[in-house]
Amino acid sequence: MLTLTEVTKTYGERRALDAVSFDVAPGRMTGFVGGNGAGKTTAMRIILGVLSSNSGTVTLDGKPLTPESRRRFGYMPEERGLYPKMKVEEQLVYLARLHGFTTGAAQKNAEKLLDRLGLGERRGDLVESLSLGNQQRAQIAAALVHEPDVLVLDEPFSGLDPMAVDTVVGVLGDYAASGIPVLFSSHQLDIVERLCDDLVIIAGGTIRANGPRDALRDAHAAKRYELHLGGDAGWVRDVPGVTVVDFHGGDAVFDVDSEDTAQVVLREAVARGTVTSYTRQRPSLAQIFKEVVA
Amino acid sequence: MSATNSAGTTGRTPAPHTSTAPSTPSFAQSSWLVAEREVRMKLRSKAFLISTGILMVVVLGSILLGGFLGGNTESTTVAVTSDTAAAVQGQTGIEATEVATAEEAEQLVRDGDVTAAILPDDSTPLGIVVVADSETPSGLLQQLSITPPVTLLDGDAQNPFLAYLVAIAFGVVFFASAMTFGSTIAQSVVEEKQTRVVEILMSAVPVQALLAGKVVGNSILAFGQIAMIAALAIIGLTITGQSDLLSLLGAPVLWFVVFFVLGFVLLAALFAATGSMVSRVEDIGSTTTPVTMLVMIPYFLVIFFYDNPVVLGIMSYVPFSAPVGMPVRLFLGDAQWWEPLLSLVILAITALGTIVLGSKIYENSLLKLGGTVKWRDALSR
Repeated sequence: MLTLTEVTKTYGERRALDAVSFDVAPGRMTGFVGGNGAGKTTAMRIILGVLSSNSGTVTLDGKPLTPESRRRFGYMPEERGLYPKMKVEEQLVYLARLHGFTTGAAQKNAEKLLDRLGLGERRGDLVESLSLGNQQRAQIAAALVHEPDVLVLDEPFSGLDPMAVDTVVGVLGDYAASGIPVLFSSHQLDIVERLCDDLVIIAGGTIRANGPRDALRDAHAAKRYELHLGGDAGWVRDVPGVTVVDFHGGDAVFDVDSEDTAQVVLREAVARGTVTSYTRQRPSLAQIFKEVVA
Repeated sequence: MSATNSAGTTGRTPAPHTSTAPSTPSFAQSSWLVAEREVRMKLRSKAFLISTGILMVVVLGSILLGGFLGGNTESTTVAVTSDTAAAVQGQTGIEATEVATAEEAEQLVRDGDVTAAILPDDSTPLGIVVVADSETPSGLLQQLSITPPVTLLDGDAQNPFLAYLVAIAFGVVFFASAMTFGSTIAQSVVEEKQTRVVEILMSAVPVQALLAGKVVGNSILAFGQIAMIAALAIIGLTITGQSDLLSLLGAPVLWFVVFFVLGFVLLAALFAATGSMVSRVEDIGSTTTPVTMLVMIPYFLVIFFYDNPVVLGIMSYVPFSAPVGMPVRLFLGDAQWWEPLLSLVILAITALGTIVLGSKIYENSLLKLGGTVKWRDALSR
């Protein structure tokens, strides 16, 4: 478990992070969502020790991070970068060796990763000769080549085509499934929604929402229900406490003032005839985001 | 967590970890990996290999040329008769052809087979006369003339022209090497910043190891080049028969190498630190200029003041010019035995201080992308 506790970072007068606390649980993908300048990159840099915080702690399994433990982290910085004049595989081998691998083991890891990421044929090419999408894949390989125990990825999906996104999602999923904490930021909310188990939403340097994705969606669900009936649904607007949002023949979308009202509507519907479906509408991540950030 | 693959017993998805987690490399190992990459990438650069090749050819060429122009190995041919053969007996540089008569000797001179003829002539006090074709063979006359023996009171003093050449040679080699590899370090630092790879590196190795690796890697390259120049110079001087000069230069050259290593480390730390303050390769000049001046000043001082003992004396103790100043003084025989040692200690202490200061600047500047870091920010905390 990677834990941030009350981490604060100021640049002069500006508070980039204000008492930020959240957990990244092992075996789970944690999505880190926020607008531009919300503090995602600053928080990730502090986790990696590339930047120091003014106060607060970052711990792994309860122990404060040291430069040694951080070397077992896999990091993909927001500012992409590899040596343009080095060959793809050579570069990965170099990075793995900096993390303590022998040349042989580094070579094996690099080959396996490049194949997995669909870059196997380009392993001998100079990084600068790769397309942007392929450079991005190489960048992901660079974060994984030393078999890290914790993954911190800043916008790992930006610049990838949908096929590459699927490949990378698969690779990261495997890492999470093997029991390591994975923290990734993204502004592509649909990908985050699909991929993450837990969610951290940050805005203006403070954490606005934090927890398992489904729990968050439930917590932020409006009291809005969708009803599909065999017969006409016009009667719904006469139930006390109901505000109809949308109505068409046997279909109705409405807000209720309480859970009890929702049950009253359901009982009434069953009594009147066939109920095809009755669901509580759960908000999309984009809706939650707008709500908590506003 | 343990990296051992335990999928079979837990039923988990197989871990991507297939090998045991390696131990963290030590500071020295990390630095060495960085240094190794610096050397490998530099050796792959065609521009570097070609310029090094040209430098080597120039060094070897100038030594060989100097040897051939300076070494007067051709001997003067003269014709003698049996009466005058004794006059050239035992004279080095004179190749005598003995003929029977004066007429035969004159004929050889006219034909151009010999430079001159030495014939008996009782009308002169010496008893011989030199017969040449159209110009006076002054070289031969010097060889035949009798000069009194000379005793020099200051026997150790070097030929001033030679001293000048040696001083300039030390100056040029230090200047060229420090500039080449100093700017290589600065560029390599900025390149890592510009391509943003630095953030990944910083998460993998301590910043000081990164800096140390760069300094060590480029010092190895610079030292290698100096060693090659020194080897070429020795080979060149040997095959052109200038071994006298070689024995005079031996000790100062060794001192030069020792001073060079420390002096270069000092400059390398400065180049790395000032290089890290900018974000684009194009802007390097704006912060490295003061360091470049520190390299250029001793070069010009030694050219203009190579014969001024006061200036040389000061130069040989100031850390930035000691690698040039002290070897020149040693060559001239002006320095006491303890002087290079004292100067070396001063240089080592300065180098150490500079490395501490340089790594501070480097650490503070590495992640400040965009503009040029201000000196105040670079040195803060």
